[in-house]
Amino acid sequence: MSLGSEEEVAQQVAVSTAPQESVAEAGHGTAPVLGAGAAPVAGAPSGLGAPLFTGNRRWEFLYFALRNKKLVSGLAVELVFIVLAIFGPLIAPYDPNKLVGPPMHAPSGHYLLGTNYFGQDVFSQLFYGLRDSYLVGFLGALFAAVVGMAIGFAAGYRGGVLDEVLQVFTNIIVMIPSLVLLIVISAYLKSRGVFFEGVFIGVTTWPWVARAVRAQTFTLRERDFVDLAKLSGRRATSIIVKDIAPNMASYLFLVVILLFGSSILLAANFDFLGLGPTNSISLGTMMNQSMLWSALQLHVWWWFIPPGVVITLIVAALLVANVGLDEVFNPRLRET
Amino acid sequence: MRRYFVRKLGTYLLAFFLGTTIDWGIPRLMPGNPVQIYLAKFQLQSPGSWEALNKLFSKAFGLDVPVWRQYLNFWDGVFHWNFGVSYTEFPEPVSRIIWSALPYTLALLVPAITLSYVLGNRVGAMAARRKALDNSVLPAGYVFQAMPYAWLALAMAFFLGAYYRWFPISGAYAQGMLPSASWSFVASLLYHWFLPFLTVFLVSFGGWAIGMRNLVIYELETDYTRYLRSLGASERLVRRYAYRNAVLPQLSGLALQLGVVIGGNIVTEVVFNYPGLGNLIYKAISGEDYFLLQGIFLFIIIGVLIANFVIDIVYVMVDPRTRLSMQGAQA
Repeated sequence: MSLGSEEEVAQQVAVSTAPQESVAEAGHGTAPVLGAGAAPVAGAPSGLGAPLFTGNRRWEFLYFALRNKKLVSGLAVELVFIVLAIFGPLIAPYDPNKLVGPPMHAPSGHYLLGTNYFGQDVFSQLFYGLRDSYLVGFLGALFAAVVGMAIGFAAGYRGGVLDEVLQVFTNIIVMIPSLVLLIVISAYLKSRGVFFEGVFIGVTTWPWVARAVRAQTFTLRERDFVDLAKLSGRRATSIIVKDIAPNMASYLFLVVILLFGSSILLAANFDFLGLGPTNSISLGTMMNQSMLWSALQLHVWWWFIPPGVVITLIVAALLVANVGLDEVFNPRLRET
Repeated sequence: MRRYFVRKLGTYLLAFFLGTTIDWGIPRLMPGNPVQIYLAKFQLQSPGSWEALNKLFSKAFGLDVPVWRQYLNFWDGVFHWNFGVSYTEFPEPVSRIIWSALPYTLALLVPAITLSYVLGNRVGAMAARRKALDNSVLPAGYVFQAMPYAWLALAMAFFLGAYYRWFPISGAYAQGMLPSASWSFVASLLYHWFLPFLTVFLVSFGGWAIGMRNLVIYELETDYTRYLRSLGASERLVRRYAYRNAVLPQLSGLALQLGVVIGGNIVTEVVFNYPGLGNLIYKAISGEDYFLLQGIFLFIIIGVLIANFVIDIVYVMVDPRTRLSMQGAQA
């Protein structure tokens, strides 16, 4: 009986906000986001949505993208934070590690978000912390995407015994809670960097990508254009990269955005436990410090509220942009 | 059907084997072994006494035998619930410390997961394709889903605890109280339990509500709902069908989310100084109590496996396709 595959599809739907079948439709030929020379696929039905710009699908995508309030506002928030993260050190009024003012000074004109227990400027620390959060999110999503895609494509395209083995492996990794594993490993390491954290998060969260990619590859490899490519004698990797991957690019993109957000959240919780990077400031370490120096009891709210607000904004904007993007890719979800 | 269960069981056994092996292997793969870390604390001057103590501790922790022997001994310990002795609370065995913390963690996790799942699904299904509800539930859901557990816990502890003093922010019951079966003790337990519970509940709730909303919207666009509508079925009935179909992927999602919720529970317990496993992990990290850490990791793995197994069984019972085949329609 086909229970196994049905269950996989169901699980995979839950991973993304996008229902699986709809993505397969939305995937036809619309892969301009990644811009990786997505070749239009033979036999893709034209005019899924309302073809306002007949002819060029790229323009149609842009048309809907720019008119989607969720996507535009989500991206705008991200853009502001990314700019702040890049140019933060130039804008930040003080050195984040220097004792620049009286301890526990409430927010004022001099210290926009006040100072912490030691007299460091919270506002400046926020800028530097922002960098770490984005870096961890990026590294986590990147590594999860690379490992997950490799395993997902291999399992979905080859099928058979390889698929079975890889699936069991994926199911096992899914069940091991990544935060707990990270805690145990980090407890042994005396010095840790942002790079380690990001890579490690990616290495433990790839099963999400692998499942999604595998399920998609499974449905795509039965299509005529893949058979045609096989008949032409091309190698499997070439078929996967040129024919299969572009067809799920939009879907992959959505999954990677979600991973970006979850990496940032995971890192925040992790840093909060005092296991974050030992050589830099992150938003999570700020919260950790505030708890260690009893900011709660001393009512130094400006020390731990701002970092959390920033993380929440970053991740919420990612989620909202993700939904907007989903609507752009998938006409069925668009609000009329 | 049988094949399905055999496969599942095989996966669980493999996961247990792998989890235990990782748990055993991590301390041995990391730079510096626990004994050396402990010894570094004594700041011994003479190399002779260092050597002697090293030998003594290695023997006490079972590290003086070949690696393969250590591995077998570890498995032996696992089957006898023997995880060694805690370093921070010295003569106390690790398993007993964990058992005494476990009820608190379960008291937070089980209600938070089940309530957020049930309520989140209901609210999400109601919000789907209803403008007014959608516009309020959806943004709130995103914000809660995007919050780091640690921060929501801090914010709640500050506003509802430290600032307005409506709720206590530390411990599982009032200081100076002794555990007893009295009403005042139970009331104190509940009073201390509420904020940590609310934190874990709220973050999960947002995720479920949004997931359910999207799935129900998708189901409401399928052919079978169109067919139902064309037959003149009431909106209520249509929605009920959509809900039952949408709940299946949500159930699989529950299994996937377990690890995230457990992680969130750990930081929440740390913020509220709630004496569960999360707090124990935190203490084990700062006290460098590696045997305790090892034991907790294994406990959590076992807990996740059991929870996954329960979800698997519920899934089979809820999904009509598998339920029918269970009743003997097909082997």
